[in-house]
Amino acid sequence: MAAVEQRGTDRPQWTDRRRWTPSRRAVPYLLLAPALFFELLVHVVPMLGGLWMSFLQLNQFFLRHWLTAPWAGLDNYRFAVDFDSAVGAELLRSFATTAAFSLITVALSWTLGMFAATLLQRAFPGRTLLRALLLVPYALPVYTAAMIWKFMLDRGDGVVNAALADLGVGGESFWLLGDNAFASLVVTAVWRLWPFAFLALMAGMQSIPSEVYDAAAVDGAGIGQRFTSITLPMLRPVSQVLVLVLFLWTFNDFNVPYILFDQSVPSAANLVSIHVYQSSFLTWNFGLGSAMSTLLLLFLLAVTALYLLVTSRRARHA
Amino acid sequence: MLVRARVLAALAMAAVLLAGALTACTAPRDERTLTYWASNQGASTAQDLEILRPELDKFTARTGIEVDVEVIAWSDLLNRILGAATSGVGPDVVNLGNTWSASLQATGAFVTFDDEVMRRLGGRDRFVASSMTSAGMAGREPSSVPLYGLSYGLFYNKRLFAEAGITTPPRTWAEFLDVAARLTDPARDRRGLVVAGASYTENAHFAFIFGRQHGVHFIDEQGRARFTSPRAIDAVQRYVELMSAHRVVEADDAEIGTTSEAVSEFTNGRAAMLIAQNSAIAAMRSNGMPDDAYGVAPMPVLDPLPRGGQAVRSHVAGSNIAVFADSPKREQALRLVEFLTSAEEQRILNGAYGTLPVVRDAYDDPVFRSPANETFAGVLARDAEPMPMIPAESRFETTIGAAIRDLFARAATGQPVRREDVREALADAEQKMNGSGGG
Repeated sequence: MAAVEQRGTDRPQWTDRRRWTPSRRAVPYLLLAPALFFELLVHVVPMLGGLWMSFLQLNQFFLRHWLTAPWAGLDNYRFAVDFDSAVGAELLRSFATTAAFSLITVALSWTLGMFAATLLQRAFPGRTLLRALLLVPYALPVYTAAMIWKFMLDRGDGVVNAALADLGVGGESFWLLGDNAFASLVVTAVWRLWPFAFLALMAGMQSIPSEVYDAAAVDGAGIGQRFTSITLPMLRPVSQVLVLVLFLWTFNDFNVPYILFDQSVPSAANLVSIHVYQSSFLTWNFGLGSAMSTLLLLFLLAVTALYLLVTSRRARHA
Repeated sequence: MLVRARVLAALAMAAVLLAGALTACTAPRDERTLTYWASNQGASTAQDLEILRPELDKFTARTGIEVDVEVIAWSDLLNRILGAATSGVGPDVVNLGNTWSASLQATGAFVTFDDEVMRRLGGRDRFVASSMTSAGMAGREPSSVPLYGLSYGLFYNKRLFAEAGITTPPRTWAEFLDVAARLTDPARDRRGLVVAGASYTENAHFAFIFGRQHGVHFIDEQGRARFTSPRAIDAVQRYVELMSAHRVVEADDAEIGTTSEAVSEFTNGRAAMLIAQNSAIAAMRSNGMPDDAYGVAPMPVLDPLPRGGQAVRSHVAGSNIAVFADSPKREQALRLVEFLTSAEEQRILNGAYGTLPVVRDAYDDPVFRSPANETFAGVLARDAEPMPMIPAESRFETTIGAAIRDLFARAATGQPVRREDVREALADAEQKMNGSGGG
C-alpha cells in the first residue's frame, strides 16, 4: 500500500519537472549559453580588464593589487602617441613596420595561393597528394615552422646562405640581423600562410560551375580572359574574407618574430605586437602596454569595418 | 521526446563544464605539498630534475613535506613569476635571477626576510656578503636570499693557448687584446673570443662591468639613466670594438642569443676564449669538454684604470630563492628555504651545478677548492658589484642591452661603428629608459 502511495506521489513530481522543460524557442539560446559564457570569460572579460588597465598607472608596485593602481586617465594614451618621445616614436616605427609586413605578406600569400589553386584545378596523376603536401606548412604548429626557419636562416649553420651562395645569388649574409630581418619575417610568414590562401581559393574555385568555363571557351575566351572575367569575380567573396583574415592574423602576429629573434627583435622586424609586449613585460609598464593594445584593437576594428563597408558596397554595385 | 533528451543532455553537459570550471577555481590545494618553481641551472631542465629530485626527497623524508618541483627555463621564468604575482595563484617557493630582486621586491609578492627569518637561516652574516647585496633594494630588508652564486671569469682553451705559445692567461686588457689577436685565425675558422652579441642580458652585464672599470654608473642615485657620459660611451665602445675594430670576435656572434650557444663555439674549438659565468661549466661538461681542457682566470681589466675606475670583473650574479606572500604554507616554504640554504645542501647542489655556495660554511668542501672555483669565488667575494638594485632594473637591462645588440649588428653587417654611433644608440636607450613612464 505504501509502495502504491509512493508511486502515486512520484507522478505529480515528474509532471512538475516536465513543466520546466524549456520551450522550443528557448532551446537555441540555452544551447548557446555555455559558448556565450566561455566567450565572455575568455575574451570579453580580459578585454575589459585590459581596457581598464590602460587608464591606470600600473607598474610593478601595483601589480598584485592592480585595482588600487593610481588613476592615469588618458596619460598612457597620450604617452603612447607622443611621437616626439622615444616610446611614441618606437610605436610609430613598429606600426609602420607592421603595416608593411602585413600588406606584403597578405599580397604574396594571396598571389601564391591563387597561382597554386589555379594550376591544381586541372586533373593529373598525383594531384591529391600534391595538394596535401602543399598544406603541410599550414598544418605545422607555428612554433615548429618558425624554428625551422630560424635554423635555416642562421648564418653559421643555416642552409639559406649556403644555398644562395651555390646559386650565385649572393655571398654570406645575415638574415636574422639588421634590415634583412624584415625579409626573413616576411618569408617565414608567407611560407606558413600561403597554404591557407591556397586552400580557401581552391575551395572557392571548386564551387564555380564548369559550364561557365565551357561556355566562355565556346565563345572564344582565352585562359587569361577566363581567369579575369570568371575566376576572379566569382572568387571575390572568398578573397574578401581571406584577405581580411590574413591581414588580421599578420597584423597581430607575435609568434613568428618572437621565435625567430627571441626577445632581441631587430628594429627592422619589431612588429607592434612585440613592441606592446616589450612595453608591458620587459619594462613592466602594464598600463602603457594596455593602452597600446587598446589602440591596436581600435585600429583593427576600424580597418575591418572600413574593409567590410567598401567590399559590401562594391558587391552591391556589381 | 528525442528533442527533450537532447536538450537535457546539452544542459547537463553545460552544467558539468561550469561545475568543473568553478571547482577548478576553488579546489583546495594539497596542504602537505609545496609547489616549487626552480630556475634552470644545469645543462637542461631534465638534468636539473635529476639533481634536485633526490635532495627534495631527502627533505620530504626529514619533514614529511612533499615538494612538487617544476624547472622553468630562464626565458619563461620572469613572465611566470609576474603572472603568479598578479593572480595570486602560483608556487609557494620560487627561484629568481638575483638582478630582478629589487624589481620583484617592488611587487610586494614575496615574504620579507626580516631579522627573525634570517635568524632561522643562520643569520645574515652566514651568507656571502656580496651575494647578499643582490637580494633586494638597498636599505630594505630583502625579499629573497641567495641560493646559487655566480660570477664572470675568463675561460681559455689550454690546447689552443699552448699551440700559440701562450703560457699564462692575460691579466690586463692590453694583454687580452694581444692574446685574442694571436689566437684569431679566420683561415682555420677560429677566433680569439666568442660573445653572445644578441643577448641583451649579457650585453647589459658587460656594459655594467666595463662601466665600473671606467668609473661610471649607468644609473644615478635618483634611479635615472645616465648612458651618454663620455665614460659610458667608452665602456660600451670598448665591448663592441672587440668585433668592429679589433676583429677578435667573429661577425656571426652578432646572432648568438644565448650563453649556451657561445659555450658551444668555445667547446668545439672555434673560439679560444669565452668570458662567462661559472654556470657555463655545466654546459661545457654536457658538450663533452673535460674540466682539464680549459683554464679560468679573472676577467682582465684596464691597466692603469681610468680615473675613478674600479677593478670590477663581474656583477654579483646568481639565483635567489623567495617565498610567495600569498602562499598558505609559509612555514613549510621557509623550511624548504632553510633546507636548500643549509651547508650540506649548498655543497651538494652547487657542486652538481658548478655554481658557488652562497653560505660561507659550505666552502670547506674540496670541490670548491678547485682552481676554477677558487677563481670564481674570489671574483664574487672581492671583485664583483651588484647590478643597479632599483625597481626598474629590468628596464635598464632591456634598453642598454638592446642598444648594444644593435651596435653588434651594425658591426657584423659591415657598417661603421663610430663613437658617434655608440653615443646615438645610447642616447636612444637613455630616452627609452627615462621616458618609459609608469614607474
